[in-house]
This record gives sequence, structure tokens and C-alpha cells, in this order.
Amino acid sequence: MIPAENILPLPLTDDFVPGESNFIQVKDFKFFYGKKRALHGITLDIPSRQVTAFIGPSGCGKSTLLRNFNRMNELIPGVRHEGDITIHGTSIYDPSVEIIALRRRIGMVFQKSNPFPMSIYENIVYPLRIAGQKDRSVLDETVERCLRSAALWEEAKDRLHDSALGLSGGQMQRLCIARAVASRPEILLMDEPCSALDPIATAKVEELIVELKKDFTIVIVTHNMQQASRVSELTAFFYLGNLVEFDDTKKIFTNPSQKQTEEYITGRFG
Amino acid sequence: MKSTAPLTPNFFSGAGRQTSILRLLRNKFLTGLCIFLSLLTLIPLLSIIILLLQKGVPLLGPNLFTQLPPAPGQDGGGFGNAVVGTFAMVGISLVFSVPLGIFAAVYVNEYAPVSKLASAVRFVAKLLTGIPSIICGVFAFAAIVMTTHKFSALAGGIALSILILPTILLTAEQALMGVPYAYREASFGVGATPFQTIWRIVLPEASSAMMTGIMLAVARASGETAPVLFTALFSYNWIHSLMEPTASLSVLIFNFASLPYSHHVAMAWTASLVLVTLVTVTNVIAQVIFRPKHQ
Amino acid sequence: MGENLIPVGSGSPITREYRPRTDFFRGICWLASIVTVLLLAFILGEILIKAWPAIQKFGLGFITGVQWSPNREIFGVLPVLIGTAASSLIALALALPLGLAIALFLSEDFLPVAIRQTIRFVIELLAAIPSVVYGLWGIFVVVPLVQKYGGVLADKLGFLPFFQGPAYGNSLLTASLVLALMVLPTITAISRSALVAVPKTLREASYALGATRWESILGVILPTAASGIVASSILAFGRAMGETMAVAMLIGNSQRLSWSFLAPSNTLSALLANQFAEADGIQVNALMYAAALLVLMTLVVNMVGEAILRQTQKATAGLR
Repeated sequence: MIPAENILPLPLTDDFVPGESNFIQVKDFKFFYGKKRALHGITLDIPSRQVTAFIGPSGCGKSTLLRNFNRMNELIPGVRHEGDITIHGTSIYDPSVEIIALRRRIGMVFQKSNPFPMSIYENIVYPLRIAGQKDRSVLDETVERCLRSAALWEEAKDRLHDSALGLSGGQMQRLCIARAVASRPEILLMDEPCSALDPIATAKVEELIVELKKDFTIVIVTHNMQQASRVSELTAFFYLGNLVEFDDTKKIFTNPSQKQTEEYITGRFG
Repeated sequence: MKSTAPLTPNFFSGAGRQTSILRLLRNKFLTGLCIFLSLLTLIPLLSIIILLLQKGVPLLGPNLFTQLPPAPGQDGGGFGNAVVGTFAMVGISLVFSVPLGIFAAVYVNEYAPVSKLASAVRFVAKLLTGIPSIICGVFAFAAIVMTTHKFSALAGGIALSILILPTILLTAEQALMGVPYAYREASFGVGATPFQTIWRIVLPEASSAMMTGIMLAVARASGETAPVLFTALFSYNWIHSLMEPTASLSVLIFNFASLPYSHHVAMAWTASLVLVTLVTVTNVIAQVIFRPKHQ
Repeated sequence: MGENLIPVGSGSPITREYRPRTDFFRGICWLASIVTVLLLAFILGEILIKAWPAIQKFGLGFITGVQWSPNREIFGVLPVLIGTAASSLIALALALPLGLAIALFLSEDFLPVAIRQTIRFVIELLAAIPSVVYGLWGIFVVVPLVQKYGGVLADKLGFLPFFQGPAYGNSLLTASLVLALMVLPTITAISRSALVAVPKTLREASYALGATRWESILGVILPTAASGIVASSILAFGRAMGETMAVAMLIGNSQRLSWSFLAPSNTLSALLANQFAEADGIQVNALMYAAALLVLMTLVVNMVGEAILRQTQKATAGLR
């Protein structure tokens, strides 16, 4: 018998409202590494099924905020937060929320691709295996579905059981995206997913992001402002732990209302 | 702005969203098991320390270090000769292994790092690390005891020097590797010869890390029994020359531990306490005082 | 271009300056290197030469022989070889789960850093205690324990050949228990560095996919570190085979073949330790033969361990 948790409703439309404008709500969120304050009271609403980009100079807190959405920051000892983050109306810090369940609903793609030293196939089915899924046909189906949605199927279908470490840098990152969507998350967090890739691989991943937003709510942290303008609908500009401006990407890049934003995107600092 | 969607069903804890209790329980259980097993190892160590103190302290006194071991069946006495013997043999071992190890390390790291000889030295050093300590004793027995027809401190010292040579060589190489390459460039840049660079810049810079290695080697050598067991043998007298059987703390412990006299067994415990203290203090000195400056 | 700037002439100071000089120090260091390399050959050669009379006389019968009686000049080391392998294997079987648990404990954050540092210090302390002190402790603590509970084991499990009575205090089991404690630091240290070398990004990836801590450890971290852990076991096995004093004091020094863990046994190194000082004649050669076997076995085991370790380091270097 397959445990109930493995029969995920497909698709997850039962509780999902397309275009929900305040899907993720950050409410006066402050974050501390020990005594050092990394975020000074951030408030913003992220809509569903769109791409939201976080931009800003290094150390501005954009990655810190991103890594709070699936509570990855809690792996670092001595961190602390104030304020709240809700997803679809539920606080992610609510005692009833299991961190494991939270992370299954929120996929994450990291700056440096991090495939496990296993085969391509095993990498993708890993989230299913840990959840106890043993049905071969479900696993096979998942691998194909995920590789297709990561635009990697054609390249990888003949070498599914080869080591993932034999892929190129861009392929590895797309494999990590495929793995991140394997447990059918609703949200996809991307922490500078292209910073270690060459321009051609970057273009492929960007195409993929545009494709994926049909099915996922994507939040992407990027250093690359062209990238933000190419892939995102909304852009948030962070500086020194503050949210300076959050608006339509077009507006941010053509007519920002804050002077700091303008200076940053025109390259005068950062 | 659209209003917030109704709070039910919950995004995280709806049907099929919760992690199974089994998974969470297994996680807790394994964590507990891991902590339990780790703490379990404290028990034998505590037992060793408590017994060392309980059985070793009563006999402790200044006489121990000035007097000779009692003959079997007699009381009193000390193990002054064994302390001297241990120091003498460790000293002999350093005389051979320190220059050999450090000069070989200099060749390997400074003069010809990619040569065949260098890889051979590294390979041999690794192999020597893995050779059982008793083999050092067997070798010294074959090479020295059988030629001189005498058990001697010299044979024991040479056995120990083979034991510690790889430690000294490998830590010295590590120490040299730790010296930034820029220092050498700077020295060569002002026209220094390789010898001047090594002698005036590299070796002084690496010296404290090398001392760590030497101290670790001293700690190791003073605790070892097998290499000196049938090379230096044992003696109930003070050491007069390096060419006679010589007592050491470790062999004294071995010999007295199995004697049927409670006084001798008690002395074995006291000698163990002294030896463990000596080894631990040397180790601590190695790691605390001579810690590399730039790391 | 620069030539014009250098004053040319006979005995110009600069030309003399640039003539390579003989570097005596280099010679000294070269010599030290040569001596180090030859030392291993010298050690092996010396032992083989002294073993030669016995090798000629007993040949392979030495290895398959089950009797060791110096008085009658009969020398066979099969029971001793078995004792060496058995004591090391039992020690490894006992120490591996413990060592792995500690290595995990040290590399994970179950408890605060201060407690982990203490445990790490304790393990290093275990490594620093001389073998002979373990032997003494074994005589006073482990021997009575095995004597007491060995009888119970023999009663309950005596139908298995491994636990046949009578139970002795000085036995294979006693030696193996203490050996396990002695190889624990080796296993812990090498396994720990293998675990620490697993890139942090893999752990993050696993957590981000909704794995629990132990699912991440068992599913990703241990498999990635597996070859390092195997290497640590092999090196610990080699170390256990060569360990002398504690074993010589605890194993009972019996050359009789027995299946029972509770019976006295012997190992190559303990045999050497107990007999060398009083040996003469062909017995010395026979002991040299045994020493040569011990060197051979430990060298092979260590080379395999080192090879795997190097392979591991290469593999994990590729992961970063």
C-alpha cells in the first residue's frame, strides 16, 4: 500500500487560485545572523504563477529572504527572525507546518548546480524515494515528465543511468531544476541559477524559466539585470537589507520611482 | 488587489501533505542512537582515567624518580632508571630521525618536488607509517642486537627512530608546504640562492609547524613498547652506557603488570599514570604551543 | 637589450655572481631522501635475510602448519594467522558502527559545538594512550568482565562454535574488545574527514527536496562518503593487525586452533613480542619469517586502504 502522502493530488488545483496576487506574503520580516541584522523589516506580496525577480548588490539580503521561504536558513546556527511569511494564507512558521512538507511544496535551485553523485535517474526520483515511493512506473513517469519540463529529456533519455556528474554545467543545472520539480512543488525558488553558467547555457535556462511559470510560482534571485528584465514580471530591488522598490519589471527598468534603484540599474553603483 | 484566498484547505497540511509519522520517528530514533553510541565511548575512557588515578596515585612520590625498581617480591623502590631510559632512547631516536626526516622533507618539497626520488620518498614514508611498531623492533633486533650480540639502548633508540621517521618527515613536508610561495619568490627575487632561501626564509617560517610534528613523534615514541621490548630489553640498574640493556617505562609496565606481586602491579599502574601524563602533556604542547602561526 | 648595461670584462663580478655554485645543502637533502628510500629496502632485506634459514627449512609448511613448538623445532603459524585475522575482524566489526556514529555525531549538529569538541578531544585522547596501558587496563577490567559474562555466553550460545566453552578471561574476545577501542580513533578520524568533505551543497539540495536529516545522511551523505569510510575500515584493520602490546597481554598466547571467541588465541605481533627476547637458534629465524609475513600482510592492507583513500579524494575533489 502506498502511504497517503505519496498520492499527491495532480494537478494541485484544489487549493490553488491562478493569479492570486498575494500568494506569498512577507510581513515586516526581519532576519538576524547572530547579532547581525540582515533584513530590516521587509514587506511584499508575491503573486502566483508569475516570475518575481530579486535584484540588488551583493549582501543586500535578497538571497537571505529567498532562503527563508523554504526555511533553509535555519540550517545555519544562531539565526533568528521577526515578522512573518505566509504562503496561501498559512504562516510558514505555524507550529502545524512541517518543515519537511514545506520543502516538498517549494522547490529550490541553487547558485551552483548540486546533483548528487548518482545516476541522472536516481537524482530525479530522490524526493520520491525518500517519501517511500517504490512503484517503478510512477518513478519512470516522473523522470520523463521532469526531464521534459526541464528541457533535458532529449539530451538525457539515452543515458538516464549514467552518473549525473558526467553532464555539462548547463545540463547539471537543468537536472537540478528537474529534480526540484519532481515532488510537484507549487513554488520554485532560484538562487542565482545562472551565475555559474556560460551565456548559451544561461539562455537555455532562461527560456526554461519562462516556460515553467505556467505551472510554478517562481522567485528568482539574480545579479544579472538583463536576466531580470528578460524573465520576470515583477522585480524587487534590495539594498542593505531593505526593500527599496517593488514593482512591475518594466517600470523598475524604465521609470523607477526611487533614486537608488535608478542608480543601481544604470550601473552607477553595485 | 485580490483578497486572500480562503484559508482552507491549508497549503501545507491538507490531505496527503503531511510527512508520515514513521519518517519523523525514524529520524528521531536514529539521532538518539547516534548520540547514545557516541557517548558510550566515554565509558571506557572514563574507566581508564579513573583506574589510573585510583591505582596510580597512591605510590606517587619523589622517591619513584630517584630509586631503582625493587626485585620481585620486595617492596619500595621506584623507576628512576626507566624514566631516564625512556628519555635516553627517545633522545637517540630524535638524533637519527629529525635530521633525516627534515632534510628529506626539504629535498622533497623545496629542491625536487616533482622528481622520481620525491615520489619515492613520499611513498616510502606512507608505507613506513603503516608498518607495525613491532617490526621496527624486529629490524633493530636483526640489524643491531644480532650483530653486537647485546641488547642495548642504542638498538631501542634506532627502533624508535624508524617508528617516528615517517611522522617527522610527513609533518615537516606539510610545514614546508604551508610556507607561502610568495616568500620564496621574494627571496629569489632579491638574488638569494636556493640554500639561502631555504635556510633563512623557509625553514624559520616552517619551524613551529615542524616542532609540532617532532613533539607528536616524541609523544608517540615515549609511549611505545613493542620496538624496545626485545631491543633494549629491561634492567634493574641505572643506565651507564648506550650499549647495555636499558629499562623503559613502557617495558616496566609490561613486565610488572603480569607479576604476581601486588606492589609491582601497583608500580605498573603508577608508571602508566606517569607515562600517560607525559604523553598527554607532550601532545598538548605539540598542538597548543607550537600551533602554526598563520592558519 | 640589457647586455650593454652589464659591464663586460674579464672577471666581471656579475658573471661570477651568476655562475651556479655547488649547493652542498642540496646534496645533504638528496642523501637524506636516498637514505629514507633505502631504509625500507634495508628493513625488508634485513628481515628476509634473517628469515631465510627458516624459509628454506620450512617453506610453505610454515604457513599451513598448526603446531609451534620451539623445543622440537616445529614451527607452523596457521593458528596465529587465523588469530591475527579473527581478532582484527572482530575488532573492526565492533568499532565500525561506533566509529561511524561518532564521525556522524562530530560532523552533524545534534548537540552544541562545545560537547562535540569534548567528544573529539576524548577520541584524540584515546589515540594517545599507549598500547601497554590499554593492556594493563584490559587485564584489570576487560578480563574479569569476559570471565564473568563469557560463561553466560557459553551457556546460552554454546551451541554455536564461536561461543563454545569453557570461557577464559584471556581470550580472543578480550583482545578484540580492547583492539576495537584502540582502532576507534582511526575509524573516526578518517570517516569524519570523508563526511566533512561531502560538499555542503549536496546536503542543502537534499534538505530543500524535503528530506529529513537522516534521509539526507543515509541517502546522500553516507553514499558520497562511502569509499572514504571503506578506506578508514581497511586502514583500521591494518592497524589492528599490527597492534602488539595490548594483544600480547590479553589474548592468552595459545597456538591451539579453536573456533571459540572465548578461547585463548594468538596473533603474529603478540607471538613476536612474547618470544623474541628469549629465542635462539632456528627459533629466531622462524620468528623473522613470521615478522616477514606480518610486514607483507600489513603492507598489502595499507596499500589497498591508501589507494582507496586517494581515489576518494580525487572523486570528491571532482564534486566541488
